[in-house]
Amino acid sequence: MAGSTTMATTSTLSLHQAPGAKGGSSATTEPAFVCWLLIGSALAFLTLFLFVPLVAVFVEALRKGFGPFFAALVEPDAVSAIKLTLITAAIAVPLNLVFGVSAAWAIAKFQFRGKQFLITLIDLPFSVSPVIAGLIYVLIFGANGWFGTYLQDNDIKIIFAVPGIVLATIFVTFPFVARELIPLMEAQGSEEEEAARVLGANGFQIFWKVTLPNIKWGLIYGVILCNARAMGEFGAVSVVSGHIRGLTNTLPLHVEILYNEYNFSAAFATASLLALLALVTLGLKSIVEWRSAKLIDADAPTENIQK
Amino acid sequence: MSTTTFRKHNVLPGFNISLGYTLLYLCLIVLIPLSAAFFKTYEMGWQGFWATVTAPRVIASYKLSFGTSLLAATINAFSGLLIAWVLVRYDFWGRRFIDALVDLPFALPTAVAGIALTAIYAGNGWIGQFFEPYGIKIAFTPLGILVALTFIGLPFVVRTVQPVLEDLETELEEAAASLGADRLQTFLRVILPAIGPALITGFALAFARAVGEYGSVIFIAGNVPMVSEITPLLIITKLEQYDYAGATAIAVSMLVVSFVLLLIINLLQGWTKKRREA
Repeated sequence: MAGSTTMATTSTLSLHQAPGAKGGSSATTEPAFVCWLLIGSALAFLTLFLFVPLVAVFVEALRKGFGPFFAALVEPDAVSAIKLTLITAAIAVPLNLVFGVSAAWAIAKFQFRGKQFLITLIDLPFSVSPVIAGLIYVLIFGANGWFGTYLQDNDIKIIFAVPGIVLATIFVTFPFVARELIPLMEAQGSEEEEAARVLGANGFQIFWKVTLPNIKWGLIYGVILCNARAMGEFGAVSVVSGHIRGLTNTLPLHVEILYNEYNFSAAFATASLLALLALVTLGLKSIVEWRSAKLIDADAPTENIQK
Repeated sequence: MSTTTFRKHNVLPGFNISLGYTLLYLCLIVLIPLSAAFFKTYEMGWQGFWATVTAPRVIASYKLSFGTSLLAATINAFSGLLIAWVLVRYDFWGRRFIDALVDLPFALPTAVAGIALTAIYAGNGWIGQFFEPYGIKIAFTPLGILVALTFIGLPFVVRTVQPVLEDLETELEEAAASLGADRLQTFLRVILPAIGPALITGFALAFARAVGEYGSVIFIAGNVPMVSEITPLLIITKLEQYDYAGATAIAVSMLVVSFVLLLIINLLQGWTKKRREA
């Protein structure tokens, strides 16, 4: 033990001569060249795997100039793909939002048996391959599926039509809102809601005036992520779509068709639209994270008193 | 105390309706459709099922899918730890921008990632051209699959390790240093055990995602049967040949693996949570 004390003095001394990074004492950081080496290799990796692909999408999209770029986006098949993508998201996201809120309310505000199991089941779609997500709806609604004959007799099309695309999209985006809200609402507890109840508020009022303002940012966060995935889903939608141009093609499927026809500039022009959506998603996500962090850091103690 | 706990969970309204709706929606969208896959396989009988899922072409696809996913998740574990470390511990120009951009693989549609990676890692692409003279082909080989899977798994390890690293108290490191440990020893003996559960969780998440991935892989893979054909693609191929039973059998074998992975991930996450609270 006596030996270690002397060692400590020398090692602290030698460490003190090394320049530190991001505050902290020099005992808890590395020499400057190690810092820069680590930062450098992290940036190199991110450049190879993130920046270059992202930049490539836009460069390839504009390779033939702005004329062909816009022409590829206003072409009728592209426009109908954009429309279908928007319609799909407009149906899938609100449905999963209602589900997410209702699941989070039941799970976070009440105690019941099998709660943990229910949370696992809600997460299930995340661990199912998108291709399988499409396949299971084919097994139910396809020509040879459970309801195949019934649907055919009544001339209802689900697979290779818009309803199938919407269903597959709902499946793959199923957990997004719920998994954002459950931990958030569990952490917030239910004291405020109970107070509102005691003061005579009904369920709707409690949710609208007490719960919703508290979970606002988490809710927006979940919706943003859910929307990004809904608009960008490829595998699941690909299985149920049937790839009928102008009818059952979403934007990602349109990208695939153009690409397989070696129409690269049009494929990348359409892809750039989706890449832009991804960047907007990341931007909004950062803003939401920043806002909610600020709320927790500064306003939380005073806000509770004021409201 | 017990009365307050009792009341706590009963004064609020809406339990029956919210839980009822949650279960109904869960059954309609997820559980019943998933059970369809198992019923379909049941019709096949065990022999038919086993013959389908052990056909040489299917086995080759398992080896490829699981092998490349394992490798990609391993690359993600190392690079993800490095990126999380750099983001938490160092301050440099553009740090916040990079922090936001790490989630790009979550936000970018997989088809877009697929064609972009193919374009740059092809023989004449921005990055591929540097490997081409040495006879290394990336796009349209299993190496390309590895690139795509590394891309989509990137955020998992970063996002699971980052919060744990932020919570880590520097007092422990100071204590280690004052007891004579050098920086590497401190990292290996103090920091790594603390972030271990999170690191393994991130690895498992990246692996689970990679196994089922389809969109980003099919463009870059080349899709040659027995060589560069991933399992999800094989399911699609069977579907296009109207071999629904065959497609479903392979799907069920993958589902079983996914469920096991999900179980392991759940246990790991519980472990991480316990560690963080302790």
